[in-house]
Amino acid sequence: MSPTNRTVVVTGIGATTPLGGDAASTWEGLIAGRSGVRPLDDERYADLPVRIAAQIAVEPAEVLPRPLVRKLDRSAQFALIAAREAWADAGYTAMAGEDEQISPERLGTVIASGIGGVTTLLDQYDVLKEKGARRVSPHTVPMLMPNSPSANVGLEVNARAGVHTPVSACASGAEAIGYAVEMIRTGRADVVVAGGTEAAIHPLPVVAFANMMAMSKNNDEPEKASRPYDTGRDGFVLGEGAGVVVLESAEHAAARGASVYCEVLGQGLSADSHHIAQPEPTGRGIAAALQHLMDDTDLKPSEVVHLNAHATSTPQGDIAEVKALRQILGEDLEHVAISATKSMTGHLLGGAGGIETVATVLALKHRKAPPTLNVDELDPAITEAGADVVRGEARELPEGTVAAINNSFGFGGHNVVLAFRTV
Amino acid sequence: MAATQEEIVDGLAEIVNEIAGIPVEDVQLDKSFTDDLDVDSLSMVEVVVAAEERFDVKIPDEDVKNLKTVGDATSYILKHQG
Repeated sequence: MSPTNRTVVVTGIGATTPLGGDAASTWEGLIAGRSGVRPLDDERYADLPVRIAAQIAVEPAEVLPRPLVRKLDRSAQFALIAAREAWADAGYTAMAGEDEQISPERLGTVIASGIGGVTTLLDQYDVLKEKGARRVSPHTVPMLMPNSPSANVGLEVNARAGVHTPVSACASGAEAIGYAVEMIRTGRADVVVAGGTEAAIHPLPVVAFANMMAMSKNNDEPEKASRPYDTGRDGFVLGEGAGVVVLESAEHAAARGASVYCEVLGQGLSADSHHIAQPEPTGRGIAAALQHLMDDTDLKPSEVVHLNAHATSTPQGDIAEVKALRQILGEDLEHVAISATKSMTGHLLGGAGGIETVATVLALKHRKAPPTLNVDELDPAITEAGADVVRGEARELPEGTVAAINNSFGFGGHNVVLAFRTV
Repeated sequence: MAATQEEIVDGLAEIVNEIAGIPVEDVQLDKSFTDDLDVDSLSMVEVVVAAEERFDVKIPDEDVKNLKTVGDATSYILKHQG
């Protein structure tokens, strides 16, 4: 098929997060301003510097059959749960090829994770040391490979147009959605199941992030630990879960009479080339990504009413982000309701772009921006940039045709910005 | 004490149930692991390792390919169990 420039729409959403086992309960939690951060009670964390995390609200074993749980890494379990919800939500009642709705050759999956099957890797190494070689699971490799969530969702829906897994740390989930948009735009697929997942709550990743000085050590007040934009922020809180969307060409969605949440206008990508883990302080890389978004789509700054910010609760990152937004959106930044949902969900690393895309899509649908928790004292640098952070309670968004942006940045200097517009 | 044929089938049924989710009553001597019981080649390795532990028997990799049915596995275990 020749390259095209087709319109891409969202027709289905699914999630399993620290706030709920599906997209609806997650949204309810976000709008109510509920924190998903809890103490890590397991004794393995007892002597660690960080003993809090945003753990999944509904354990996959409660939802998936036991044989599946045995041979899927937790990250793939989350992805499968979210993908099944999104697939059904999009109105698909069978896997591709079983009915006339979509042919397998026109269906793809792009599901990313930042770290892949890290708990499988570590747990199976424990098995090797403690029980011997014979006991290491034969499923270890297909479980730990980072493309496993995408491949397993691909098997579930019978996707043959392509199964992909971009990896860019905490930008992975957003990059996956951007990649999926391009697959549809260029004519490689009509429908793509896309999103991000992460399951990295384990003593080793926790300690490793803590030793980078990247995590909050507010162990005594878990619900107050994730506090983007607040002067007292001291690092992110690790979260787990997945968010998945079904993206579809507008023609394909219309032809089968699917209901549409919103349009995905496109993406903007750039790299900082500054430091392997530090955010570039002026926000030039983020500004470049936003500029590409503006250049490559017909998005106008005046129609942007909501931003789901990257804002992880580390002291440096959120300031660079608002500086870049100011540079590109100008005074129009002042009418953008900014939500840092990581204040509630924690930071899902490669899953963040997935669940935050689901949150952005629902914000446009319900015309409501979730609050940002724990902003007791707003950092003056945020106010100086003219950024309007939604605090306290959720805020209504305007009627009419409006747009929203979802930002995701990752260790390695990856910047991914996505834009959505009501239809 | 060595397990009887019936005890071995019951044991394999529990193992297959745990690994593949197949009801224990469906695990019969004439059933093929791959074709009838949803045990793929990777899960078969799990079945073998679990059977080795349970029945105190060693099943070398080169013998695993001959264990097509529950009956094959049962005979093998009866013959080689410690």
